[in-house]
Amino acid sequence: MYRYDEFDARFVADRAAQFRDQVRRRLDGTLSEEEFRPLRLMNGLYLQLHAYMLRIAIPYGVLGSQQLRQLAMIADRWDRGYGHFTTRQNIQFNWPKLADVPDILDALAAVEMHAIQTSGNCIRNVTTDQFAGVAADEVEDPRPYCELLRQWSSLHPEFSFLPRKFKIAVTGAPFDRAAVKVHDIGLRMHRNEAGEPGFEVIVGGGLGRTPMVGKTVRDFLPVAELVPYVTAIMRVYNRFGRRDNKYKARIKILVHEIGVDAFSELVEAEYRAGDHAAGIELAVGEVERIAAYFAPPAYEDLPERDPGHMARLFENRDFARWVRQSTAPHTVRGYSIANISLKPIGGIPGDASSAQMRAVADLADRHSFGEIRVAHEQNLVLPNVPKRDLFALWEGLVEADLGTPNLGLVSDIIACPGMDYCSLATARSIPVAQAISRRFADLALQSDVGDLRINISGCINACGHHHVAHLGILGLEKRGVESYQITLGGSGDENAALGQLLGPGFAADEIVDAVEAVVRVYLADRRGPEERFLDFFRRVGIKHFKEAVYVPV
Amino acid sequence: MPKIITANHLVVGDVVFLAEDGWTPVVDRAVVADDDAALEQLLARAAQAEAANIVVGPYAVDIRREGGRIVPLHYREAMRTRGPTVRPDLGHQAELGSQR
Repeated sequence: MYRYDEFDARFVADRAAQFRDQVRRRLDGTLSEEEFRPLRLMNGLYLQLHAYMLRIAIPYGVLGSQQLRQLAMIADRWDRGYGHFTTRQNIQFNWPKLADVPDILDALAAVEMHAIQTSGNCIRNVTTDQFAGVAADEVEDPRPYCELLRQWSSLHPEFSFLPRKFKIAVTGAPFDRAAVKVHDIGLRMHRNEAGEPGFEVIVGGGLGRTPMVGKTVRDFLPVAELVPYVTAIMRVYNRFGRRDNKYKARIKILVHEIGVDAFSELVEAEYRAGDHAAGIELAVGEVERIAAYFAPPAYEDLPERDPGHMARLFENRDFARWVRQSTAPHTVRGYSIANISLKPIGGIPGDASSAQMRAVADLADRHSFGEIRVAHEQNLVLPNVPKRDLFALWEGLVEADLGTPNLGLVSDIIACPGMDYCSLATARSIPVAQAISRRFADLALQSDVGDLRINISGCINACGHHHVAHLGILGLEKRGVESYQITLGGSGDENAALGQLLGPGFAADEIVDAVEAVVRVYLADRRGPEERFLDFFRRVGIKHFKEAVYVPV
Repeated sequence: MPKIITANHLVVGDVVFLAEDGWTPVVDRAVVADDDAALEQLLARAAQAEAANIVVGPYAVDIRREGGRIVPLHYREAMRTRGPTVRPDLGHQAELGSQR
């Protein structure tokens, strides 16, 4: 993991002290709300539907066990005993009091965390593959580049007042778990013919009210050129991005309006015009320095098949089911990546109690070199678990009510907070997710349905990523009541696609039946279990579903 | 259309309603404006409270009276009077119980 150097620590501590003073001045009336609002937002503090909400950055989703314990402490001491992991690999607390937030920021700084740039028109937390550094299919570990981008973008004076917020995602693997094609900038690592690592640079993707799949502006960018080239993109966006209309201010609109070729020419011209040689040289040394922090832990030399583990698999069907659904191949022999579902049947997606956070921190110390990852699907990951330890880990997870073996299945639903918490929401998301989860509670049924991802957003801003779900749900207001639209066929992976609208919306008490109708059509008409939902959809098209779901009721 | 005034408490962030004697978390204690003149008076009081750093972002909400109770017409505002529908143990619904 990256560790703060003296400069980082000072910078974050100073920032916390600065915010303490700003809060003091707000509370004594020196600052008006109008003056204070941008300052609190720069520190991740929102005023939501019922209370303040503090969004804390988890850089590229990597957490140490001490940090997770500190988050649990914050939840207990200053919040309501739980936190909510978000689709941007961050965590939110829903009930902090304004007067307590300076103490919370100090507590975060003590474990090298902060809430800077989790709001506002700046470069937000860089996100990546939750399996970064350990995925068996990886070209190269993207974390050093994420950290490089984090350091470069933190309080960058030129890019602190962009036309709109800006999100960068990086994947080091060909199978894209980071949804890079639906970010402002997506970076996909691959190798050129000489075997050197570089990035495919994708620009102008995004969800929200105008969803778009990003366009490639460079097929191969040598890794050393990353920061100078991204700087050139940011300069073009900062100069030409629209500031007259909030809804047309994202870079995707600029790329769309002038076309990817014209945009690309502007970037290349800016890149050529700038004096980047020094920056490239600097980046080489800096990446090496940063990469040292991500050196592999002290892995043991283990056999690929642990006899004890194999015996447990044979003896215990529940454990075997969890292993099948929750673990992924690791680069190192004898190790596994273990996913932890934060989607218990009928639970609130992404929520974890302070007790669960402590349990995960303890399990990470015992079985995964003290490291935890946050997935954008709102689950957690222990990236380095010896196969020999999987049974003990599973028992610990079950005890903490974290052993639901539904990863990647129909009840592993992404849901934004929706109107239960969010002031922008037009409808609730969480109760819909809970109801669908209960409807498909039977694990045998879920296994039969297979790879079907449901994402739910409670408004057009699409924090729940509904556009890229196999089955997306968007909550809106229609004639004074909640109404839910279904989209089908979306995908956030390397073959990113936006879902197609099924038809008119459904009332809150109809939406779960409609979802079940979609699933039943798939189960009845697929060629067999080997034909995944998305493949089935691509074969039969939206009309096939329309006819079945909108039969006269 | 009868209206009440709501806002968030500056220090705590809680949802509050303008009552005769200040701000309250109990919607049923809110002062109801039945005409434009009464509403203007309430909005002026709310603006004063905002300037005095007691509340943040006051605005008017359409309501109907149901018996002795006040019920916001829009579901968003109805939820604000209670708390998250998925966590009945949190928000005003938990703290106020039968008062609401």
